[in-house]
Amino acid sequence: MASRAIRRGLASLGLALAVAGAAAGAYWFAPTPPPAQAAERLVADLDDHLVAITAGFTGTELLLFGSIDGEGEVVVVVHGPKEDVVVRRKDRVAGIWINRDDATFRGVPAFYHMAATADLQGLDLPETALSRHQIGVENIRLRLMPGQQAEGSESFAEALIRNKVRIGHYTRDPGVVEWRGGRLFRTTVLIPANVPVGTYTVETLLVQGGEVVSAQTTPLFVNKEGFGAQVFRAAHSYPAYYGLAAILIAGFAGFGANWIFRKL
Amino acid sequence: MHIYLPIAEMSVNIFLILGMGAAVGLLSGIFGVGGGFLMTPLLIFLGVPSPVAVGTEANQIVASSVSGVLAHWRRGNVDFKMGFMLLIGGFVGSTLGVYLFRWLQTLGQIDLVIKLSYVIFLGIIGGLMMAESVRAVMRARGKGHSRGRGKLHQHNWLHGLPFKMRFRKSKLYISALLPIGIGFFVGVLSAIMGVGGGFVMVPAMIYLLGMPTNVVVGTSLFQIIFVTANATFFQATLNQTVDVVLALLLLIGGVVGAQFGTKIGAKLKGEQLRGLLALMVLAVCGKLLMDLVLEPEDLYSIGAIGGH
Repeated sequence: MASRAIRRGLASLGLALAVAGAAAGAYWFAPTPPPAQAAERLVADLDDHLVAITAGFTGTELLLFGSIDGEGEVVVVVHGPKEDVVVRRKDRVAGIWINRDDATFRGVPAFYHMAATADLQGLDLPETALSRHQIGVENIRLRLMPGQQAEGSESFAEALIRNKVRIGHYTRDPGVVEWRGGRLFRTTVLIPANVPVGTYTVETLLVQGGEVVSAQTTPLFVNKEGFGAQVFRAAHSYPAYYGLAAILIAGFAGFGANWIFRKL
Repeated sequence: MHIYLPIAEMSVNIFLILGMGAAVGLLSGIFGVGGGFLMTPLLIFLGVPSPVAVGTEANQIVASSVSGVLAHWRRGNVDFKMGFMLLIGGFVGSTLGVYLFRWLQTLGQIDLVIKLSYVIFLGIIGGLMMAESVRAVMRARGKGHSRGRGKLHQHNWLHGLPFKMRFRKSKLYISALLPIGIGFFVGVLSAIMGVGGGFVMVPAMIYLLGMPTNVVVGTSLFQIIFVTANATFFQATLNQTVDVVLALLLLIGGVVGAQFGTKIGAKLKGEQLRGLLALMVLAVCGKLLMDLVLEPEDLYSIGAIGGH
């Protein structure tokens, strides 16, 4: 009993511990992947677990690499932190386009990217697996806020994805995971300049014969750092002092500008 | 060279922002206007979220008004008593305006209200200025006959209001309710539109209050400092939409541009100047109007309402 509890604890920490002697395919129905049992089949890691948004940040590219043991295809799914998103639809009122109807979705990933060694058909995964692992933008789980009308929400859900793709937070076309010498794979994840901050999860899946046989989750932290981060924190933690400081800075800048140009 | 704006949460070219600040500063120097009504729409066109554009622009105007009022103060062109009365209304108005702003934001209508306010006010002011300068040009060509200078100001029902006060500098004896009311109205506008409100305040002071033109600009600038400071404070505390990095960049470009603008402005003729400004105001108004009436590319838009 005790050893199982420890095992579960380690697995939930996301540590890829190999524990022998368990049926690999059966984890499907377990509520929380990844399975520690099958971890030796798949090893993956990011070149950097921290994306620091500093003053000069213009986006970056992360390298995800790893290896598999045996045959199979590799799928990589990157989820951003969850947020609530309201989708509004404009209607024409008196000749002007005005936001009328809206729908709010709960726990929507702020960022989504997916890449695979094969296209979706080539993976030959059943619908249940695609939606469980949210493989492909169509399979991102979009749940309405409780109390919202489900009727007609599909068009709002579609619009959510369309808008997220437009601003570069979702990618519609899956990226490519390249094979390097048989068992090694690598892919790059493009992190745009306007990336949402928070804790990301990078899920790497090993697919064999139409089944996900192994999965590994790697965390990725996107943080604001340096001067910009301090400004942001000050603005949110001490808004009144921040406001006063902003006024003082502007006031002194005004005095300064007047003084300088009077001397010139 | 790019810089990440911590509150707007976007990466922008530092020279583009400096250049925008300089260009608007130049125009405000030439025409003697605050420039908020040009800068806020420009920031929105650039992709800055409109609440951040409004909050940040209020902050920048504090600086440009301080710098501007000093020059007028030295020349004795500030009616402080009138300024304080305007300010009372302005404080209440801008505080209320920020709360209104927040409420509209939760309704998802803030973009609409910002754009509509711009279309309405820019349309009216631009139209009036255009008409005025066309008339002036006609007069200058000798087609019209020049009007003699009439009374300093007309008397109407506004002068029957209670709480009369004497404003020595402006040579006026009017009800205190008038400047308080005007200040209140402009305060609300300033909070919602991210402007100082000089383009409404100055005509109101001349035509409604009947103030002499030499003290109008200085007094207006004087009260704009405090009204925009108040708006900045409440936007920062309630909405966290003041981006000091963006404000500073705009400011640097703005003060440099304004210095050159003042020199250029001195060489141009008043009527042509007003016509040019009117054209510009109408152009911004037209662009915003298009955004409202043309069918948007995507009828749907998204907004985050807090992460977890």
